Amino acid sequence: MKRMTIRLTVNAEAREWSIAPGDLLLDVLRREGYFGVKRGCEKGECGACTVLVDGKPINSCLMFAAQADGRDVLTIEGVAQGDHLDPLQEAFLDHGAVQCGYCTPGMILNAKALLARNPNPTEDEVRDAMSGNYCRCTGYVKPVEAVLAAVKAARRRP
Amino acid sequence: MTTHVVGKNLRKVDGVKLVTGRPAFTDDIQLSGMLYGKILPSPHAHARIARIDTRRAKALAGVHAVLTYKDVPRVPHTTAGQAWPEPSPYDTYLLDNKVRFVGDRVAAVAAETRAIAEKAIQLIDVEYDVLPAVLDMEQAMAPGAPVIHDEPDSTKIYDRERNIAGYILREIGNVEDGFRECKYVIEREFRTGRQQHCPIEPHISIAWLDPDGRLVIRSSTQVPYHARRQCAMILQLPVSRIHVIKPRIGGGFGGKQEMLLEDITGALALAARRPVKIEYTREEEFYMARSRHPQILRMKMGATSEGVILASQMTVLATTGAYGSHSTTVQGNTGSKVLPMYRAEHMRFECHVVYTNAPVAGAFRGYGCPQGFFAQESVMDELAEQLKMDPVDFRRRNAIRLGDIDRLSAQLGEGREGLPRVIRSCGLYECIDRGAEAIGWDKKRRARSRPGHLKRGVGVAFTMQGSGIAGVDWASAFLKMNEDGSFFLQSGASDVGAGADTVLSQIAAETLGVTLDKIVITTGDTDTTPFDVGAYASSTTIISGGAVRKSAERVRDQVLEVAARMLDTTPDNLICADNRVSTVCPCSKSVTMTEIALQSMYKDKMQIMGGDSHFNTDSPPPFSVTFAEVEVDTETGKVRVVHLVSAVDPGTAINPMQAEGQVQGAVAQGLGYALTEELLLDELGRPRNANFLDYKMFTAKDMPKLTTILAETDEPLGPYGAKSISEVPINGPAPAIANAIYHAVGIRVRKLPIRPEELLCALRKE
Repeated sequence: MKRMTIRLTVNAEAREWSIAPGDLLLDVLRREGYFGVKRGCEKGECGACTVLVDGKPINSCLMFAAQADGRDVLTIEGVAQGDHLDPLQEAFLDHGAVQCGYCTPGMILNAKALLARNPNPTEDEVRDAMSGNYCRCTGYVKPVEAVLAAVKAARRRP
Repeated sequence: MTTHVVGKNLRKVDGVKLVTGRPAFTDDIQLSGMLYGKILPSPHAHARIARIDTRRAKALAGVHAVLTYKDVPRVPHTTAGQAWPEPSPYDTYLLDNKVRFVGDRVAAVAAETRAIAEKAIQLIDVEYDVLPAVLDMEQAMAPGAPVIHDEPDSTKIYDRERNIAGYILREIGNVEDGFRECKYVIEREFRTGRQQHCPIEPHISIAWLDPDGRLVIRSSTQVPYHARRQCAMILQLPVSRIHVIKPRIGGGFGGKQEMLLEDITGALALAARRPVKIEYTREEEFYMARSRHPQILRMKMGATSEGVILASQMTVLATTGAYGSHSTTVQGNTGSKVLPMYRAEHMRFECHVVYTNAPVAGAFRGYGCPQGFFAQESVMDELAEQLKMDPVDFRRRNAIRLGDIDRLSAQLGEGREGLPRVIRSCGLYECIDRGAEAIGWDKKRRARSRPGHLKRGVGVAFTMQGSGIAGVDWASAFLKMNEDGSFFLQSGASDVGAGADTVLSQIAAETLGVTLDKIVITTGDTDTTPFDVGAYASSTTIISGGAVRKSAERVRDQVLEVAARMLDTTPDNLICADNRVSTVCPCSKSVTMTEIALQSMYKDKMQIMGGDSHFNTDSPPPFSVTFAEVEVDTETGKVRVVHLVSAVDPGTAINPMQAEGQVQGAVAQGLGYALTEELLLDELGRPRNANFLDYKMFTAKDMPKLTTILAETDEPLGPYGAKSISEVPINGPAPAIANAIYHAVGIRVRKLPIRPEELLCALRKE
């Protein structure tokens, strides 16, 4: 089978991967050990496979790995700095926003992208941004609370 | 009782690995040489396999195993993950020469890549003798209906000739006498839909042979021990040759209380002698996994002119689909957990559970109660109206209360006679009062109809559930002390995301007087943890938690003995708190847990360790009262829930933050059940909406304002007073919404889900 090489940045590290042209980004990321990228529907409906590509949330099940050539990809594994969790991750833990945790990476990445473009979102804006992440455990109450709490905490920081 | 760890909003013990995306789930491993398994699903609702030829599939490069019914042992069993002996019929086979629903297993392959596996199943040549199918549950028992289980070797089927998987009839008193004494009697028919669990992680199982040749099955299961026992029977291996591992699970909701892929991945791994993984696609998850039993319920209730309910009767027809997994037990619950909500002297429950050539129903959060409460709470509302009583007051007057004995449960247990339920804790009345205040019941109930096409109304529902299956569910735990004063806790419980590992750790820490970080928990591994029935029937906190508490008490006794020697006192003069053991007397001497551990391990040469088992002979009910405010658009029939209040009595909330999360998640599923979710089949039994887009769960944007109230009580049978919480809140949304719709527009909705087009038709007829 025909192979091709892509060069990209994943979680601030340069990567060079040999892929087949039809490989999906979701499959390649998981094959390369980024297990935080979850498979939920493979149709772009559930958001469990969300990653940020050049800062923008995308469903990695709908993107060819080849399209990530030359791009900057952030997965959930790259959100914390070593043992230092991102404020969103801290807020998810403090507010009981994690139950099974399967949709959590997608939710946190979507929230991260939202806060990057809108540091002061309203609850409606948070719900809007997270409406692409199905969660069957939480009823979304605590995840939304967690994102709003992270926003508030960021405002308090100098 | 003052507690230090129990009752606190502590972070989930497995939280960090989940928010950082570390490999924790079934699929998050790579095994060298792993093959991809794929099941060939039946395209027909009912057919016999006349001829099956696997030669072309086997010849495909990269294919390592192809299995049909000819290649595997024929062992009748149930996929229901229940305690042995399972009450569900043994009507299922690893692979069979007959298929009974669209999606039933025809054959299975294992190949080097997913693409090859997908191609290989298409290369299996199958010639079907298509049989007439029955999809309508009302036709299933009719004379001349096709017999779905005509095989002679299935057992425990109630009446195979008439497609009746199970039948239940129980009566207390004499309902006919009761109804004769009633001034008001109402009887109505209700229909409920086929809801799917939709865990975001579909079912997945990976099987391989370890270096000792034992079969290892890593699986997204709620019931590792039951799965091990079932696989041993089906694959004809000794239990000791199977090792089931339950990693983190991406949601279960009852759907993973089912041995669905473990057996077939195990069979493929044994055939190929290589690791094999099968993961359902989302589409497969919808129709090849399980769903909630659709029911047709006739509910009849009668009350005196003073508003006292004398008799209640529920008659149910339910379908279990093609196999009888959880058939009698789910439907038994529809009666036994629902009717005793109100203190009628006379109660009667009758139920037929029939086979149809439809996807298989099974365990699903609520376990028969959402259907039953929809019917009962709707009829309660109609009775209140006839009596000209406030619906809350009417319910309050008749509801079960502290000290009551529920006699129906004594007659109707887990597929056999049960045990009577005694109400030893009851926060129902606090739920009513706080819930009514939160929704603004009195004011909104009396509010005049608004002008225009948007009409508002409020409705209520009272519900209850159980906490473990009385006399059946049991669990065990084991603890050992480390030299740094920490403890390893091993429990067979299965955390499926609801937070069991955290709650069990909190119970252990509380009992031992240590901080939560001193407990290192291992669960859900049949090689390393002691037995537990698994995560179902709202049992984990009360039953597994009871085992953890007992085990921790045994270990604490040993800790105190060592400490007593070190402090030259007696154990009864000592308490464990703050990671140390201190004297109670004014001398205020103490030793740290670390010092005690070092003393016992390196000086006394004794491992501090201990375990215990636990079960209850009663199943204390958690209570919940749900209030809903809705807005009905009379021009479109669309129902918008404006505010939903769920007030729940879970006993003690071991971790209130997690308990609230259980309520909120259950309500979200309950909202979907009420308004949007239903797996639809076409006239040939094929799924019409087996994807998220067309199935329609609630998203973050669809959710109404949601108020969660915990009305805590102290349950004598539970560890630190805990009962349960995960199931009961799912029962209330549908009836509360239906009652609110009536309040808003005067239409009684008796079918779930409540579809705008149907409500609009009813509004137009008005």
